[in-house]
Amino acid sequence: MKKNTKRSSVYLAVVFILLYLPILYLFFYSFNKAGTMNQFQGFTFKHYSALQKDTRLLIIALDTLRVALLSSLAATVIGTLGAIGIYFSRAKRTQRILINLNTILLVSPDVIIGASFLLLFTLIGFRLGFYSVLVSHIAFSIPIVVLMVLPKLEEMNEHMITAGRDLGANQWQVLKEIILPDIRPGVFAGFFMAFTYSIDDFAVSFFVTGNGFATLAVEIYSRARQGVSLEINALSTLLFLVTIGLVLIYYFIQKKQRSKKQPLSLDPTNHEKAVRP
Amino acid sequence: MDKQRKLLSAPYYLWMGLFVVVPVLLMLFQSFRDMDGSFTFLNLKGYFTSPVYLYMTGQSFLYAFLITAMTLFISYPAAYFLTKTKHKQLWLLVLILPTWINILLKAYAFIGILSQSGLVNQLLGVMGVGPQPLLFTRSSFLIVATYIEIPFMLLPLFNALDGIEGSLILASRDLGANEWQTFRSVVYPLSLSGVRSGIQAVFIPSLSLFMLTRLIAGNRVMTLGTAIEQHFLVTKNWGMGSVMGIVLIVIVFVVMGLTRKHQRGGIG
Repeated sequence: MKKNTKRSSVYLAVVFILLYLPILYLFFYSFNKAGTMNQFQGFTFKHYSALQKDTRLLIIALDTLRVALLSSLAATVIGTLGAIGIYFSRAKRTQRILINLNTILLVSPDVIIGASFLLLFTLIGFRLGFYSVLVSHIAFSIPIVVLMVLPKLEEMNEHMITAGRDLGANQWQVLKEIILPDIRPGVFAGFFMAFTYSIDDFAVSFFVTGNGFATLAVEIYSRARQGVSLEINALSTLLFLVTIGLVLIYYFIQKKQRSKKQPLSLDPTNHEKAVRP
Repeated sequence: MDKQRKLLSAPYYLWMGLFVVVPVLLMLFQSFRDMDGSFTFLNLKGYFTSPVYLYMTGQSFLYAFLITAMTLFISYPAAYFLTKTKHKQLWLLVLILPTWINILLKAYAFIGILSQSGLVNQLLGVMGVGPQPLLFTRSSFLIVATYIEIPFMLLPLFNALDGIEGSLILASRDLGANEWQTFRSVVYPLSLSGVRSGIQAVFIPSLSLFMLTRLIAGNRVMTLGTAIEQHFLVTKNWGMGSVMGIVLIVIVFVVMGLTRKHQRGGIG
């Protein structure tokens, strides 16, 4: 038995190292004096100061953040209301169909979303740019919000609603005073997931950015295609530190709220991945 | 009162209709149009009679299958061992944290690692093997794709394994099963829901990883995703691109259908 635990720790350690090695490799070379990702010739911060002067990249970073914040907020509102709508739909059959539809949207490949949006925007003559990216991010974030909010609705004690109504609360009050406070953790989780999806998205944005507007991922793609530039390494180091901070904050908020039985409800990045058993 | 509720969820239905159903219908419509916009069956016919496209689709399938199999092979033991550690939630978080790094940055890291004088070739050099061309090969695509998809397999597997009642395992041990027998007849069948979710979460995206085929495989690998991107953004043959899009959608439905939870007998 003891031998077994040892073997399993070794296995986990190997997986851990394999998963982190490429990332650490990236960070390590961000301090490289030479401009390559293979010969380390001494320590420098020059790639970081180059990053600081790169206004184009900074504007793109701000734009990416703007898209992520706005799209996740909008997706949270629409998705939460949608989840409430699905939950209260009378016929169980309709409900099941709607939930299945939501799952299919979650797993639908980015290229399909991107390409079909490109078709739509072209057809109605919508100019590609900030708004086209925003709209498509909202669309692919909604299903994840629904997925996060629905279980909370199912956990809710329905008698509370009946009681509230008996005591004279109108629809709006029931929503505001009973339902929303109850499902708040799910709504927050949905917002967080929508935000990370948006930050992380590349494929959908790639189809609908057009000229003149770019998100970070799209910009990194075009730079990486031209070869290695250690500015990207510096940028990814900073991004990773920020994300770790965000994830840890989220983890500890969740930990406070989580009851023992529920699985960890954070679910990594790309929106097709949120399928849970 | 029902009216009010419907009013509340109206934005949801509206948004989903306008930005999900309509675009997909447009894609279906587009697949019957030629480059000038007139109606045609040529795209469909072209796709299903072209050996190049069919071969590409098959290859795409094969790659997705290999990636899924490799991630499953690596992640299953990891998830199983994870459930036995102390502070398992924290360790899980540590293992899936890399997913919060943009996929492009990870791919970019591999451009360095696999390059002619990169980390792997330096290691090979130490072992006395000369530098191998690693980047822009099919195997590099498989390696990087597997690396990127591991956490997405790990998470559903962990959730399924962690959800198994401890008392079931104790009961099985009490009844005389050894550890392997317990695993085979109790743990493994109960973890299948996680395996199914993991396959969904890895197989479908693996069909469309066009950025990896471009950055890592140097156009040596053509997946459905690459072909769609190419037709939409490079050659602007939207009709053919849409046909492939529809094919991809059909595949998604098939995969979802095959990996669906069985209603009877399973533990939900």
